[in-house]
Amino acid sequence: MSTEFAQKSHDALVDPKLQLAIYTSTARLKQNRIDAVSPAALPDYQELRAQANAIKKHTIDNLDHYLEELESNVAAHGGKVVYCKDGTEVSDFILNLAKERGAHLIVKSKSMTTEEVDLNERLEHHGLESVETDLGEYILQLAHERPYHIVAPALHMTRYQVADLFERELHAPREIVIEKQTALARSVLREKFLAADIGISGANFLVADSGAVVIVENEGNARLTTSAPKIHIAVAGIEKVIPRAQDLATFLKLLARSATGQLLSVYTSFLSGPRREGEIDGPEEFYVVLLDNGRTRLLPDKGKRQSLFCIRCGACLNTCPVYRKIGGHSFPWVYSGPIGAILTPQFMGTQHEPALPFASSLCGACGEVCPVKIDIPKVLLDLRSEVKKSDAREGRNRLEKLGFRLFAWLMTHPPLFEMAGRIARSMGWPTSRKGPLGAWLSERDLPPLPAHSFREMWRRR
Amino acid sequence: MSRDYILHKVRTALGRGAGQAVADPPPVRIRIPQVSIDDRIASLLERVRALAGQAVVADDPRAFIANIVAGKSAVASNAPFLADCGITGLPGVRSGITGREELRDLCATVDAGITCADYALADTGTLVLLASPHEARMISLLPPAHIAVVPRARILTGLDELFSLLPNPAEATSSMVLITGPSRTADIEQILVRGVHGPGSLTVLVV
Repeated sequence: MSTEFAQKSHDALVDPKLQLAIYTSTARLKQNRIDAVSPAALPDYQELRAQANAIKKHTIDNLDHYLEELESNVAAHGGKVVYCKDGTEVSDFILNLAKERGAHLIVKSKSMTTEEVDLNERLEHHGLESVETDLGEYILQLAHERPYHIVAPALHMTRYQVADLFERELHAPREIVIEKQTALARSVLREKFLAADIGISGANFLVADSGAVVIVENEGNARLTTSAPKIHIAVAGIEKVIPRAQDLATFLKLLARSATGQLLSVYTSFLSGPRREGEIDGPEEFYVVLLDNGRTRLLPDKGKRQSLFCIRCGACLNTCPVYRKIGGHSFPWVYSGPIGAILTPQFMGTQHEPALPFASSLCGACGEVCPVKIDIPKVLLDLRSEVKKSDAREGRNRLEKLGFRLFAWLMTHPPLFEMAGRIARSMGWPTSRKGPLGAWLSERDLPPLPAHSFREMWRRR
Repeated sequence: MSRDYILHKVRTALGRGAGQAVADPPPVRIRIPQVSIDDRIASLLERVRALAGQAVVADDPRAFIANIVAGKSAVASNAPFLADCGITGLPGVRSGITGREELRDLCATVDAGITCADYALADTGTLVLLASPHEARMISLLPPAHIAVVPRARILTGLDELFSLLPNPAEATSSMVLITGPSRTADIEQILVRGVHGPGSLTVLVV
């Protein structure tokens, strides 16, 4: 476990305000989901999950075919698909386009994919202004922080922290009423929307047979981002494609219910190409950026490939006993919770944070709530095994191996085992938090040692 | 160009050849329940109200909207149905705008936008609007209040019926939007606030 992961987890655990914020927010989202998918509210929930899983499996297994179908249908509606290997290629494409069109101001709607590649920082580094417009993301951009949660990015912040931030960054009078804070952000961002040259969005789904980008949101900022500026660029991972528009009848029923418990999010936009002849408004140019950024690394393994089925609903975070204690910022990359624990090692390599697949109780709750039935606990186990194999190859686990060999040897020599037991009982449990067991002991209380071993009691019975 | 590089990487990882045929995807799952029009209307009204929208069946939509926009300004879409109802002729209501910039500037200043929904979904309380020469995107988005007129024959049971009527919405429009309740956020302390970027007030009129 890296010291950073350990330290951040520890910091979250000892912060009572943060613990309360995480606990209440995730509890509410969790209960909303339970109510929304209950048999009374959605009798065919399990059938929908099975269908969603089957569609995702089929699409990922034939991903090249659906990417090409998407590409030709986007082109048929006057848009353009741009494939990018990594963040550098995404920002190069946008910077070039901005230069050609003389664009300076970019509005952005929420997108985890652009968080992966730090798109705002890259664009601002080259002199463009790139403004997040989702309220939570806007707050985080002002605070220079990463999203705390996939669907509730500023879950960890209180109205008082937002008040300080707005006062400092927007030079507005201090305001602690949430409605007024929201109104302030609305008015600042409204100006940006109306002046912006380019809108950058993410995508919840890419529809191959329609060449369409589907975006789900509650605020209206994604609608403004995609229709107020003259240029709309949607940035999406290659795994977001689904075969048919009709598949949305399955996915849309699952996404909002799993994320927030809503039947549908307030706005679902189905966008295909720029404004057409006769249409009154909408963008003049439409681009779909298809990002790899490590996704193709997940494809060869038929078992772990399912990690790419994720529709980013966040249900696994809300139900996870580990996420609900250590929170989102303890995780080493943009994706947190159980889905982060399986995506990060596969995108960045297991050595990025070897402890990540182990940061789970394997209780199985994440797999149970997943609307596309990703077997997260199984993938975690596969990744644990990978970490251990690589440790063995690199000889990093010599001490552990030695320990287990000693233990095996003791177990197969009963008289010595008994003697070792007597010595251990006379000495008591190790209490030092230093040494190889230190981390393990630091969070655990061991039961008192019995006066007699089982073998002794058995003999005396 | 990374296109070929990425597609090649995908194919190699999946063990597929370029242009290799694909088995049929799982059949689409579309289930359309039988619901009477009266029940659909009742469900639509109930759902919209549950989301803090107003919803009514209006025998005289012109009078109803006249009452809402009295003393205020509004933009109405170019949908013929709104003109037929006499809504576009109400005092304070502007309509017939076809210029992108003109419409945007107007929508940014008026009190309300009036649209005619292409469809409504009864089981979720959703309005469906397709961008066209009749319906612009900004009218349901920029003004602080959105008033949507729904012809009763356009009330569908739900998503499944919508996607069976429009199996490929991209053939009809560059933009289809599903609107379920007023704009909202809960990004600060999970406290619900309406009208963050889109309209905070939503009125649905079944005609």
